Amino acid sequence: MAQDGDQEMPDASAGADATTNGVEFVREKQRLRLLPGSTDTAASFAFDHEDHTLGNALRYMIMKNPNVEFCGYSIPHPSEPVMNLRIQTWDDVSVFEVLRKGLNDLEDLCDVVEDKYTIARDEFNTAHPEQAAGR
Amino acid sequence: MPSWAPLSADQVAEQRRGLSEEQLQHRRIVNINAETVTDVSATDIPGHYGPGQDDSWDLNRFAQQLRIDYHQNRPNDAAFSLIGLDASIANAFRRILLAEIPSLAIEDVFIFDNTSIIQDEVLAHRLGLIPLTGGTKGLKQLRWFKKPPPKDDFAALAVYDQDDLDPSASTPNDHNTVVITLDVECRWATVEQDGRDGKQLAVDGEIDPTVRYINSNVYAHQLVFEPQGEQVQWFSGEDVIRPVNPDILIAKLRPGQRISLRCHCIKGVGGDHAKFSPVATASYRLLPHIEITAPIVGSESRKFQRCFPRGVIALQKDPASGENKAVVADPMKDTVSRECLRHDEFKGKVKLGRVRDHFIFSVESTGQFASDELFLDSVRLLKAKAQKFKRHLSELEEGR
Repeated sequence: MAQDGDQEMPDASAGADATTNGVEFVREKQRLRLLPGSTDTAASFAFDHEDHTLGNALRYMIMKNPNVEFCGYSIPHPSEPVMNLRIQTWDDVSVFEVLRKGLNDLEDLCDVVEDKYTIARDEFNTAHPEQAAGR
Repeated sequence: MPSWAPLSADQVAEQRRGLSEEQLQHRRIVNINAETVTDVSATDIPGHYGPGQDDSWDLNRFAQQLRIDYHQNRPNDAAFSLIGLDASIANAFRRILLAEIPSLAIEDVFIFDNTSIIQDEVLAHRLGLIPLTGGTKGLKQLRWFKKPPPKDDFAALAVYDQDDLDPSASTPNDHNTVVITLDVECRWATVEQDGRDGKQLAVDGEIDPTVRYINSNVYAHQLVFEPQGEQVQWFSGEDVIRPVNPDILIAKLRPGQRISLRCHCIKGVGGDHAKFSPVATASYRLLPHIEITAPIVGSESRKFQRCFPRGVIALQKDPASGENKAVVADPMKDTVSRECLRHDEFKGKVKLGRVRDHFIFSVESTGQFASDELFLDSVRLLKAKAQKFKRHLSELEEGR
């Protein structure tokens, strides 16, 4: 039963980066491709080993950008672990900048959620010590 | 008018003045009618409401609008509300909780002796599904183990050889594999060892196998963790690797039957096999919304209250007329069964719906990790995905 990720993350904690104990820098396999027929303002990207989890979230963040004329994602076939994302922009806005902005915004969103969640959880724990008693 | 209809001139003017609280609230509701559900999609896309409303991404506005309320935080069961998020993001968190957070489970079972009636593969399958727990720090620093495919699987070998990433990942070692053994043999109860003569009891009519035999039931607590190498530091004392539920029945034996095996546990994700999913389940529902548009009084109000689960509708005594009036008390308890829409008396008096951006999450852990930490891991993992693809994007741009 093979592991699903080609990209190795020897450090087991979720979200950690690639180096472990200074052993060797683990090289990641390229997971992002540009599909043929793409231009600087209208392009299709193929994400390997990604699905609706990232696809829908990224589509939402990119649609929040007023420069985007069109953004949609699809999974060409459920048996293949590929997700296609198409971005079309108004005027001369670069598709790569839009994608980068979408990924940055997604990161910022996760940061905000993480901070607010931690605050809410800690407040709840101090207000209700009896629930955390079993830990 | 549907939400996507073009605005008239006074509507645009009003929009520039600012929307009333009621109208903003109205846009957040998914309408649940007797046989249809309308206004499902989110409409906070830039340009949807015309130039008057700015819906583009603004981190500060998002940070102000986002609210997280905690309802319950038991060690393996957490319930909290995320308000102000979009469905695609909430769903991403839920999907990551189910399928992409790594956890430890038994993967390879080396069977030395199995004379029980349970087949080898069935036994191995059952062992894999037993949830394990141990020291969180130790579990988090466990590395991946990627088993090399068998030599005759050319397709898998072709893909595998490209992964020259971490050579130690293809051999089991103390950093990526945990060893658990099970060695149980069933025998008759004897007077010398157990204080009762099983055979004699059987002759006398005893049919309970736990009285007649010893080890006739093999439980999860009989699994023995064998720390390898550096694992002694990580997993000892309180942090020992053990099954979450010691009373899981693995197999049943009779005298003379024996199970002797060694299990290798590795890190995996739920997307590969459900045994690796760290949550019993993680789900969310949207907050129900009940709007009483015309007053419901008297006996009708009591009938209305009975259309909903207890606690959702409260009856308030109206001081003017002295009659009971139905009032929405706690919509979170509602299950949106639409029972009130089946009765003609309430036609036109009630509107049901759900609040589109209020997600009531319920995360139930299997016991390996705490549920509140699991949600944090899910958020961090989504962030890590975004960071990973930023790196890939840079590589892609360099190559052009």
